[in-house]
Amino acid sequence: MSPILQGVLTIIIGVGGCLAYFYGSNLVLDRVVFPARNDDQGRNIRRATMVRPWLFLLPAILALGLYLVYPVVGSFIRSLYDRSGSNFVGLGNYLEMFQESGFRVAVFNNFLWILFVPAASTFFGLLVAQLTDRLSWGAIAKSLIFMPMAISFVGASLIWKFVYAGDPAIGIINAIGAYFGAAPVDPLQIPFWNNFFIMIIMVWMQTGFAMVILSAALRGIPEETIEAAIIDGANPFQLFFKIKVPQIAGTIAVVWTTITFLTLKVFDIVYTMTGGNFDTDILPSYMMDYMFRDDGRATAVAFVIMVIVTPVMIYNIRQARKDV
Amino acid sequence: MADLKLTDVGKTYGGTVEVLKHIDLDIEAGELIVFVGPSGCGKSTLLRMIAGLEKITAGTLDIAGQRVNDVPPAQRGIAMVFQSYALYPHMTVRDNMSFALQIAKKSKAEITEAVERAARMLQLTPYLDRLPKALSGGQRQRVAIGRAIVRDPKVFLFDEPLSNLDAALRVATRIEIAQLKEQMPDRTMIYVTHDQVEAMTLATRIVVLANKGIAQVGSPLELYERPKSEFVAQFIGSPAMNLLPGEITGTGMRTTVRLAGGGTAVSDVSTSDADMGMQVNVGVRPEDCTIARQAAVYSGKVALTEALGEVTLLHFDPDEHAQEPVIAKLPGIHKGLRGETVKLSVDPAKVHLFAQGTSLLYR
Ligand SMILES: Nc1ncnc2c1ncn2[C@@H]1O[C@H](COP(=O)(O)OP(=O)(O)OP(=O)(O)O)[C@@H](O)[C@H]1O
Ligand SMILES: [Mg+2]
Repeated sequence: MSPILQGVLTIIIGVGGCLAYFYGSNLVLDRVVFPARNDDQGRNIRRATMVRPWLFLLPAILALGLYLVYPVVGSFIRSLYDRSGSNFVGLGNYLEMFQESGFRVAVFNNFLWILFVPAASTFFGLLVAQLTDRLSWGAIAKSLIFMPMAISFVGASLIWKFVYAGDPAIGIINAIGAYFGAAPVDPLQIPFWNNFFIMIIMVWMQTGFAMVILSAALRGIPEETIEAAIIDGANPFQLFFKIKVPQIAGTIAVVWTTITFLTLKVFDIVYTMTGGNFDTDILPSYMMDYMFRDDGRATAVAFVIMVIVTPVMIYNIRQARKDV
Repeated sequence: MADLKLTDVGKTYGGTVEVLKHIDLDIEAGELIVFVGPSGCGKSTLLRMIAGLEKITAGTLDIAGQRVNDVPPAQRGIAMVFQSYALYPHMTVRDNMSFALQIAKKSKAEITEAVERAARMLQLTPYLDRLPKALSGGQRQRVAIGRAIVRDPKVFLFDEPLSNLDAALRVATRIEIAQLKEQMPDRTMIYVTHDQVEAMTLATRIVVLANKGIAQVGSPLELYERPKSEFVAQFIGSPAMNLLPGEITGTGMRTTVRLAGGGTAVSDVSTSDADMGMQVNVGVRPEDCTIARQAAVYSGKVALTEALGEVTLLHFDPDEHAQEPVIAKLPGIHKGLRGETVKLSVDPAKVHLFAQGTSLLYR
């Protein structure tokens, strides 16, 4: 069978299957299980109404259960076994890991990441959103700043590899350094600060996201409150920090936390830039170091990441709900 | 405390859209001036120009003798109350009211004093620590007014402050504003409204805006009794004044007009011999009509009656001569007039005459 035919057939079966499921299951519910007939009419309609949402939810619940809940439980169980997967070691993987300096470096760096990246992205995003608000060429500036969002992490990392390249003929940093007569340096090997040079890539990419959301939020502030503040004598800074920012605080929190858990998942940037060398590992890249070599250890790291992400995510969902 | 002087003020948006032109207006200190006019005639624009939120593109504005065209809003000594309240949603009532003073770096004691005094005036003391979202519409509007009072401005500007409130609350808040004005007799207030009752009851003087300019300025009763034009005559008063076309047949201290519809109207407006035969519109307010046996100004068949108890409105059949069907407003209850032919007469003192849209009184 040709691949095209195969594809079309899959689509037909998939979509048709969905339609058949929703139509058929509702039909069965209304005609067979709780028929709206005779004496029980009212009661049956009520019961059918109660069951119906679950009919629609069922496929999603099954899919989520299969692809989300099962892997989580499965990973946790796997993390209690050793590298081969046959010997139960209890919390051994975790204990070993906590004692390893590489893990501690990764945790420390990861905290640097979640402190710096969301803060910097949100700050720059807000700054750009405010500065371009009433500008005639603001739309162009915004689309330029938004563009990195469309690049993959690996692609972005490659671009920045060129920026940091040691050869002054390639790397702009060293080119500028050379112009002032400095010897070439490799920013990615400067201890501690190299973390920030890598984080900048993420900030560069996420600023666009923050800007778009915050710019919409700024637009949503009622014009009159701003005019009232102008009449009250607020200068542009007071207007921004005392009137505008507090009114979009909910959105800022959502942007901040969204970037936070994006940051907790990022592995490609570090992997591409340094491969975790020069003390730049973060938890996801540390996990990748062990993947396929020691799945027990790797799943244990994955679990630690999940434990860190979960509260951030809950906060994010709460905040997003409150905002509506 | 502060008088305003608008000289040849105009507003053009974006260099092409002319909204207002040649506005000349002197407002004395302590007056309550009401701007009225049809929707979109530029009432808000004029108010916002006075506030400094909108650039004045022509003419000059002086507040208390000082040219303020280029003075920022905060330094004009004005405070504004918006239709949508425009409270800062993230601040408590207290913070909303003290914001301006905090910006002005007033002392803590001074701020507390001012806020609490304003809160007492507006019965807001129990709500000082609430957020605006926990207040009713009327309370929110009072906070907005309180925020204006706290700043102790020379001029208060109100842009349709009551139009988001329900009917009962509107009456209550209107009375509060009237009392407020009495407590601060030296403060100038400028008030924009759509509501006739608000305009008539609150205003020292009403400014009717139309056709990019001022149609008439005067005290409420002056506008009601001696409108300068058909536009003002029909704009002030509800239902609007009836206009009946006719021709002047008798001149002198009293003027006689033979109406196109067949009736004869006599008016106390004086005319000269030269006016003989002039085409005019006779203006008669619905509430000035009385039922007559004979010699009527107007006679027609009643198409519809509306009994409101205190008054009864008679809507007459459309008339080929008048632009709008004639309406009469009779005191008390009148039953069984529907379908009848009714004759109306009017006291000559209350018959207005207009030629080409302008009143013969103002020639
Ligand atoms: N930014 C603008 N650019 C162009 N025209 C504008 C602008 N703002 C207002 N206008 C026009 O100016 C005119 C006056 O507007 P304004 O808001 O002052 O009317 P208004 O008398 O307050 O009306 P309403 O009674 O409905 O509040 C309107 O015709 C409006 O379309
Ligand atoms: Mg308006």
